[in-house]
Order: sequence, then structure tokens, then C-alpha cells
Amino acid sequence: MARAPLLAFTGGVLALVVAGTLSLLVGARSVGPETVWQALVHFDQSVTDHVVIHARLERTVAGIAVGASLAAAGAAMQGLTRNPLADPGILGLNAGAAAAVVVGIYVLSISRVTEFMAFAFVGAAIGTAAVYAVSSLGRDGATPVKLALAGAALTAGLGSLVNALVLLDQESLDRMRFWQVGTLGARSLADVGTVGAFMAVGMLIVLVATRTLNALSLGDDAAVGLGVNVAGARLVLGLAIILLCGAAVALAGPIGFLGLVVPHAARLLVGGDYRRLVPVALLAGPVLILVADVIGRVIAPPAEVQVGVMTALIGVPVFILLIRSRRQVGL
Amino acid sequence: MNRRALGRPLLSLILLAALVLGAVVARVLAVAPMVPAGQALAVILGEPVPGISFIVMDDRLPTAVVAILAGTAFGLSGTIFQTLLRNPLASPDVIGVTLGASAGAVIAMALFQAQGAALFWCALLGGLATALLILVVAGAHRPGAGGAVDNRFVLVGIGVGAALSSLISYLLTRIDTRTAGDAMHWMIGSLSSATWGRALVLAIALVLLIPVLVVLVARLRVLQLGDDTATSLGLAVPPTRIGLILVGVVLSALTVAVTGPLSFVAFLAGPIARMIVGRPSFPVAAAVGALIVLLADLIGQGAFGTTDMPAGVITGALGAPFLLWLLTRTPTPASGR
Repeated sequence: MARAPLLAFTGGVLALVVAGTLSLLVGARSVGPETVWQALVHFDQSVTDHVVIHARLERTVAGIAVGASLAAAGAAMQGLTRNPLADPGILGLNAGAAAAVVVGIYVLSISRVTEFMAFAFVGAAIGTAAVYAVSSLGRDGATPVKLALAGAALTAGLGSLVNALVLLDQESLDRMRFWQVGTLGARSLADVGTVGAFMAVGMLIVLVATRTLNALSLGDDAAVGLGVNVAGARLVLGLAIILLCGAAVALAGPIGFLGLVVPHAARLLVGGDYRRLVPVALLAGPVLILVADVIGRVIAPPAEVQVGVMTALIGVPVFILLIRSRRQVGL
Repeated sequence: MNRRALGRPLLSLILLAALVLGAVVARVLAVAPMVPAGQALAVILGEPVPGISFIVMDDRLPTAVVAILAGTAFGLSGTIFQTLLRNPLASPDVIGVTLGASAGAVIAMALFQAQGAALFWCALLGGLATALLILVVAGAHRPGAGGAVDNRFVLVGIGVGAALSSLISYLLTRIDTRTAGDAMHWMIGSLSSATWGRALVLAIALVLLIPVLVVLVARLRVLQLGDDTATSLGLAVPPTRIGLILVGVVLSALTVAVTGPLSFVAFLAGPIARMIVGRPSFPVAAAVGALIVLLADLIGQGAFGTTDMPAGVITGALGAPFLLWLLTRTPTPASGR
């Protein structure tokens, strides 16, 4: 199973360096590599090129944080629910967090990232609880199809709530429509730092729990046999997932499919052992989101296609391939 | 649930029909400005009354008729998917068809400022094209054991729906605030664009599709015994399944094109009908759907003073908590085998 984890890890670091460099170099305004270097080491606010590069640096750092968070959350969700289709977008966590933030924008006119994050945490927690409770009903428990349906139903229901709120208030509409598409670069480095602390806690929990994820992926009975406290593990990992998704939504809006695609890519590279899968996913998530963001900058000039749209464009075909290739899904 | 079930579909249908009729009368007469019953009756019988004729014949009656037809179509379509896919959460809102129609409408608004009939056709085209795409990609024609085909259809629908909703979000950032507001308004769903022409389109579709549905529903009961049993009883399983999906898709795409999504109507009609008669029932679901849309429109017109709320806001706001309540009350939803 193990396919040279060290090679995959080194490759991941290299790819991240390349993707980060591209993210600094590529954009509507072409800036030479020397100027980029100058902007990084001797930042001068009066030089337009330097300001451009600083903005790109902000979205690159945000991209790394969001990409790693969503990848870790996706991997934990797939292990925890034994569901190859788990993703913060598919299972409705993003929708819960996003709806809570929109309610916050509408009711309390929130705008600071900490306020966004508080609402996003609450929304993601409620979303998780609702989807899991609803899909656990019935004889055969939370199957992938039932989880996906519950997530999609929650997304549809909250979507109509958000639309109704926005209808009451044109100003919220304008702020909301640019936020809910999922975009990097709307936040400063300081904001990334604030949110990043919560993300780091979430990632740490997932990294520490990789053995538990391995045990859980064998089934609850086997996990108990291996000495895992299943209910406790669910609670702690669920908390980590909510931290990761809520923070990512607060920083960049709801971005779907990254959490689905990255763990599967990592699984192809290093096999299904979460002790290797999670570190590789933590590298591959930022790479994918940065590449998606860079492509979005150049695909439809002079406008930009937001990164949330790009991840959906990349992710949906992967999602469909997964469904078509796995006969067991949902049975 | 069985204790409270009336168990008599015919009686429930008659009661529901009476409620629908009552709602229609209220919609025609009791919304501000009020119309006296005598004058309304005179207008309906063909006698022109200045001022009243237009209100009754060109505004309120077509609205009520479209509400009934749309609710019927949503109820039937939702029940088809819920029964076929054995899950109370399977509804055209969730498996991409509604989002396809919305995407068609938003694209038409964003690219060529479409309105009226053009908007209707673009939404219809969007819904049908999306459904076709889902069917082809899910490989509905390929064989699969048990519910494999159904599950593939649901999941591909959810994936395609997610892609479409991100396309819609993108388009909303590319247009001016006013058009974006119009697009959001359309995506909530309302009866404001109801005309006799639209009512006729819906009526023709229902008249053509209901006989097909009657034939297919009889087969659906056999299909629910399992694919193997159904095949050994001589049922052509894949055509039956595709036929049911197509009827459900056409009904919902057409209705969404007329009224917009009107969330939760297709969701709720089936489970409520099931509560009333104790088992899934297509006619009762259709009647419940019609009643929900009529009442939502009536509440939207009457409950907020001078502001008219679109019916979709009412169905969304009341439907979401009601759906959750319904799901927690039903310990074994139709998800079992």
C-alpha cells in the first residue's frame, strides 16, 4: 500500500513552494521576479508593484491556511463517517456556517473576522448536529447517500433562508453575494493570524488522532476492540472539524470540494493509512487551492473567477468519478 | 402514526379539496383590496364590472389556478422521487433539477436581461438539460443491483447541483446590484408571474403526464419489492425507473420555470400526505401540495401589512422547521428497504 511516503512528502513541499511562487508572480498586473523579491524583503508602500505583491502575499497565506484546514477537515470527516464522499460542502457544514454569518451580517452588521468566526463556529456546529441526527434516523444508520442527502437538504433549506433575508435588505445582498462565492484575499495578514490559531488547534487534533482514525475506519466494533473510546473520539474529532471548517468559512467564505478531493489524492499517493495520509493532505490542500486561485486569476481576463468556483469546477468531476467507480457507495 | 391516520384516502381528498376551495375563495376575495363575493361571482359568470373584472380575472384567479397546478406538480414530483429513491429527503430541490432551472434563469438574466416568456423558457431548458445530464452521467441505463442506480442518480444530482450553485454565485458577482436582486427574487419563487398562459402550460403538462404516472405508479409498487422480484414478475425495471424519473423531472422543471423554486413544497407534500392517510399516496400529496402553495401565497399577501412577501419566503421559513420536526417524529422514515 505504502507508495514511498517520503517521496510524496518531499514532492508535496516542492509543489507547495512552486504553487506559492506562482501565486505571488501571476496576476492581472505582471510584476518581474526581482520586484517581487524586493517587495518581500524591502516593502515600500509608495511603490504600486509592492502593494500588489503584498495583496498577493495576503491571499497566498490565506490560501495556505484555508487549503490545509479544509484538507484536514475532509480527511477527518471521511475517516470518522467511513464515507468516501464526506466534504464540508457536501455534508452541509459550509452551508450552516455561511448561513450563520449571513444572519450575523444582516442582524448585527458584523464585519470583523473574529465576529465572522464566532457565527461560523455556531453555524457549523448546528449544521453538523442537524445533518448527523437526521441521517442517523432509520434502520441502516448514516449511510453515505443519507448523509449527502441530509447535507444537500440543509444547504437548500438554509439557501432559501439566506435568499429571504437578503431580499429584505439590498445592502446585505451586496456584501453577501461577493462573500458567499468563496474568495481568498478579502482579509489581512493579521486576520489570517487570528483565525490561523484556531485552525492550528484543529489540525493538531487531527494529526494526533490519526491512529484513532485508522481504527475507526475499520468499523466501530473493531475500534472498540482496539481500545478506542468511540464516542469520545467522535466528539473530539467533530470539534476539530467544526473549528477547521468554521475558521475556513470565516476567512474565505464557503469553499466546497477541496475537502473531498485532497484526501482522495493523498490516498492515491501514500495509501489509506491516516498517519501518512493526513500530513500529505495538509501539503496538497494548499497546493490545490493556490493552483485553483492562480488559474482563476488568468482564466477570464480582465475579471477574476473566485477560488470557490474553481474548486467546484475541479471537484465535481472528481466527485462524479468517485460515485461511478465505487459500486458500494451508498449501498 | 397509524393511530391518527384517517386511513380513508377518499375522505381526506374530499376534505383537502374543500380546504383548497376555501383558500381559493379567500385568495380571490379576502386580500386587500377586498372584493365583494357577489361582484366576484358576477365577473366570473361573464358580466363585466369596472375595476373588479381585471383584479379577479387577470390577477387573482390565474394566481390561484397556477398555485393549485404548481402545488399539484410539486407534490407529485416530490413523491415520485421520495418513493423511488426511498428517502424522504430526496426531492427535486436537492437533486439538482431545481438548481438547473435556477441556473438557466440566472444565466438568461445575466447575459441577455431576459424577462417574462424568455425567462420561462430558459429556466425550463436549464432544468431539463440538467436532468438529462444527471441521467446520462449517473448511467441510469446501466444495470445495477438494488438501489445502486438510484443512489448514483441522487449523488450525481447533488454534485451537479453543487457545481450549478457555485456557477450561480459566480454570476451573481458579475452583474449589477439591481439584476442580482431580481435574480435572488426569482430564486425564492413566487406567484407574481402567474398568467392564464402559464396556467394553461401547466394544465396541459399535468393532463398529459398524470395518465403516464398512473401506469407507472402501479409498476412502482412492484418495483418496491426489489429489482430481482420485480424482474421475475415480468417488469421491465430500467424503463420503469427512467420513466418515473423523467415524469418527476419534467413536472418539477416546468413548475420551477413558472413559479421559481418555492422551496420545501415538493419536500413536504409527500410526508404530510403519508401522515394523513398512513401510507404514501400520490393524489393526497398533490392536494397537499396545492394547499401549501395557496396558503403560502395567501399568508404572503395578507400577513405583512402592505408588503407582499413572495410565497417562496413563506414556504422556506415555515417549511424548514416543519421538515425537521417531521423527520424527528418519524423514527423509521421511508429510507428502509
